[in-house]
Amino acid sequence: MKQIMLGNEAVARGAYEAGVKVVSSYPGTPSTEITETIATYDRIYCEWATNEKVASEVAIGASIRGARAMTCMKHVGMNVAADPMFTAAYEGVNGGLVFVVADDPGMHSSQDEQDSRNYGRAAKLMILEPSDSQECKDFAKKAFELSERFDTPVILRMHTRVSHSRSIVELSDPEDIVVKPYEKNVNKYVMMPAMAIKRHVVVEQRTLDIAKASNEEFLGMGIHKLEMNDTKLGIITAGASYQYVKEALPDASVLKLGCVWPLPMDLIRDFTSKVDRLVIVEELDPFMETEIKAAGIACEGKDLFTLQGEYSARMIRAALSSEALPEKALDLDKLPQAPGRPPLLCAGCPHKGMFLALNRAKVQVMGDIGCYTLGTLPPTAAMDVSVCMGASVGMAHGFDKASDGEDSKKTVAVIGDSTFLHSGITNLINAVYNQSAITVLILDNSITGMTGHQQNPASGKNIRLQPAPAIDLETLCRSVGVTSVRTVDPVDTFEVEKVVKEEIAKDCVSVIIVRRPCALIPTGKKPKGVSIVLNDDNCKKCGACSRIMCPALVAGPDKKPVIDPEACNACGLCINMCKFDALSKKEEA
Amino acid sequence: MAKDISIVLAGVGGQGTLIAGKLLGILAMKQGLDIKVSEVHGMSQRGGSVITYVRMGEKVYSPIIEEGMADYVLSFEEVEAVRWAKLLKKDGVLLVNSQKIKSLPVLLGNAEYPENIKDSLEASASGNAKVVEFDALSAALSCGSSKAVNMVMVGALSAGMDFPKELWIEAINEAFASKAKLIPMNVEAFNKGRDFVS
Repeated sequence: MKQIMLGNEAVARGAYEAGVKVVSSYPGTPSTEITETIATYDRIYCEWATNEKVASEVAIGASIRGARAMTCMKHVGMNVAADPMFTAAYEGVNGGLVFVVADDPGMHSSQDEQDSRNYGRAAKLMILEPSDSQECKDFAKKAFELSERFDTPVILRMHTRVSHSRSIVELSDPEDIVVKPYEKNVNKYVMMPAMAIKRHVVVEQRTLDIAKASNEEFLGMGIHKLEMNDTKLGIITAGASYQYVKEALPDASVLKLGCVWPLPMDLIRDFTSKVDRLVIVEELDPFMETEIKAAGIACEGKDLFTLQGEYSARMIRAALSSEALPEKALDLDKLPQAPGRPPLLCAGCPHKGMFLALNRAKVQVMGDIGCYTLGTLPPTAAMDVSVCMGASVGMAHGFDKASDGEDSKKTVAVIGDSTFLHSGITNLINAVYNQSAITVLILDNSITGMTGHQQNPASGKNIRLQPAPAIDLETLCRSVGVTSVRTVDPVDTFEVEKVVKEEIAKDCVSVIIVRRPCALIPTGKKPKGVSIVLNDDNCKKCGACSRIMCPALVAGPDKKPVIDPEACNACGLCINMCKFDALSKKEEA
Repeated sequence: MAKDISIVLAGVGGQGTLIAGKLLGILAMKQGLDIKVSEVHGMSQRGGSVITYVRMGEKVYSPIIEEGMADYVLSFEEVEAVRWAKLLKKDGVLLVNSQKIKSLPVLLGNAEYPENIKDSLEASASGNAKVVEFDALSAALSCGSSKAVNMVMVGALSAGMDFPKELWIEAINEAFASKAKLIPMNVEAFNKGRDFVS
C-alpha cells in the first residue's frame, strides 16, 4: 500500500515496521512529528521526556534490556543528549538503538545551524541520512538492523526539508516486537576505565568494519546510490542536496551516500577514477569534503558553495551548469515593496501582558527558548539575552554575581513551564544554593507551545492525552529552597508589574509563576458566547488598546478600536489597558 | 501528463495553506503521479508569512520551488502575492485573494501596506502570465467560516488544471476525513473558488 507521508511520519512508520518498543523524546522543530506519529501506534511505548538527555538514557536502558528503542530530537537537542550518547557508543546495544536528529539549515525555527554529522564522527557512531520520505522509512528500519549487526547506536540524520516534505511511501507489514533476554555484562555495560579502555579498541575496530561494509555492501542494500551518466562531472552528495543535484544537473554522474559516517572511501575513490571533475555538494559544514580531501582525493566543494543556509537547484545550476536560469514572469522593479511579516504572539497569548509589564518596569530580561522569545520584538521588546533551553535562570545568576548583586534589582529571568522542567530547575537549585537574589518568572501556559502543543510534566496529561501526575510548580520551587513564591495572572498586567517590582527588590531568590493556559489549547480558549465590546461613548481614541498589537484588535480609520470577533480570545488584556472603561466583556445569555 | 506542475501556496500563519498542500498531495497520488509537498512549521505559524511548495509529475526531485519555476502561485493574502511573485514562471498564473492582513511593522507604522496591489501585479506581468484577483474571504464567510479561504483558493486553482472535478471532491473528502462535518462547507467553498476563475 502506498501513502503520502511527511518525512517525520515516515521515520515513525519505519521504526514501527522494525518493531521498536520504546520511544522517548523531547519535542523540537523540525523533529517533533516523529514522536507524535509514534504515539498513534498503540503497541509502542512512547513518552515525552523532560529533556533530551533523559530521553536518551531511557532509550539506552530499553536497548540494553533487549528492546528496540529510539529517541528523537532537534540538532540543539543533541547537545543535551551528547553525554549519554558518547558513552553509549562504547557500550553498544542489545536491542537496536537509534538516535534521530533533525538539523535546521536556514534556521527556519532554531537559534543556530550546527551540523549534527560532526557528532557522529566525534562519538564514533554510524550516520544514515535519507533524502525523501521513502528513504526515511527504509533507513529508519535499516538503522535498527545495522545497530544490532554492528553492536552500535546509529544516528539517523534528518533535516528540515526532509522532515517537513511529503512524498509517497510504500508501506510494509510490521515485524513483531521482540525483547531479547538481558544478561549482566559489566565489561560491556559499566564504563569504568578498565572496561572502557578495552571497549575503545572495540569501537575503533567497529568503525573499520562499518566502513568495509559500506564500501562492499551498502550499494546493494540500497543505502548508497550510484548513477553513472556523463563522466565529465561527478557529484558526491547526500540528503536533500541529492534532490537539488538531480534537478539541476540531470546529466551528471552522482554517487549519493546514504551512510555519511564512516565514509566508504574505496567506493568514493572508485567513483572519482571514473569522472573528470569531482564536486562535493553538502549543506552546512564541509564534512564529507574534509574527509575526502584528507584521504588524498582532489575535489571541489565549499569553494563553490556556501557554509550557510539551505541549498537549491538554482544555486547548483548557477555554480555548475551552463543552462540558463528560469526567467521570472513579473517585473519585480514595477512592484511595491512588501512589508515584512515577522511572527508575533497570538491573540490572547498569556505571555503578552507579562512582557508588557516587563517593558514598563524597564528591567533587564534574561530570556529562554519558546514562543515567548517573540517577546523580544516590539511592542513588548522585553528581552535582552537568549541562548538555549534553561539558560535564562543561570544567566540571571551570572548577572547577579558579575555585578555584586546590584543587577538583581533590575533583572529577571523568564522561562516557560516546559523549558523550566527541561533544564531551568537545575539552574534554580544552583541559584538558591549559591545565595543569589535573582527573580525568575515561570510562564506557565500548561503546554509546550512553540513546537505545536506537546504535554509536559506540569500539564497533567501524557503523550497520549491520558491523565498523568502534574508537577505543582509552586511546591517544587519551595522545596528547593525558594522562600518567595507568588502566582499572578498575566492579563492583570499592572499587577504583574507591581509584583515584579516587589520581588526584584528582595535579597533572596524569588519565583513568580505567571499562569494562564495557551490561547490555542482547549482550556485557554474563550468560553462560548463571550466577546469584547466597545462602549463607544467612553472611547477617547487614545490608542492605548491598539498599542498592545493584539492581532485581534486594530485601530480603525476613526482611531477607535475594531475587534475581530473570530480572532479575539476575550482574554481582557485590552480592557485592562483602557483607562476610560471603553472596552468590556460581554456574555451572551 | 508529461510536464511537471509546480504550485506555490503562500499566506499568513493560520490560513490553512498546510491542509491545502496536503489535499493537492492526495490529488496527485490519485492520478498516479509522483509528488512532493514541502512545508514550513514552527516560528512561521505565529502569524508570520508561510509558504508551502507542491510539485507533481512523473518523477519529482527537489521539493522546493524557486524563482521563475511556479506554474501557479496561490496567494492567500494580497501583499503575499507581491512577496512571492518572483516565483511565477513566464506563462504562469497568479491567483490572489484580495484579503488584507496587516503585519506588525504596518500596524506599528514602520512600513506601509501598498495600495492598488492588483494594478501593480497586472502592470508588471509580462508574456502570457496571468493575474486573477478575487475576494476569497467573503466567499469563505458566506460558506460559514473564514477558515474555508483555503478551499476557495484550491477551487480557483482547480478551474485551470486538467484533473476532473470529481477527483478534487474525492481529495477534499479524504483530506477532511477526520473532520467529516466540515466537508460540505469545504466543498461549497471549493465550488465558489472554481466559479471565480472559470
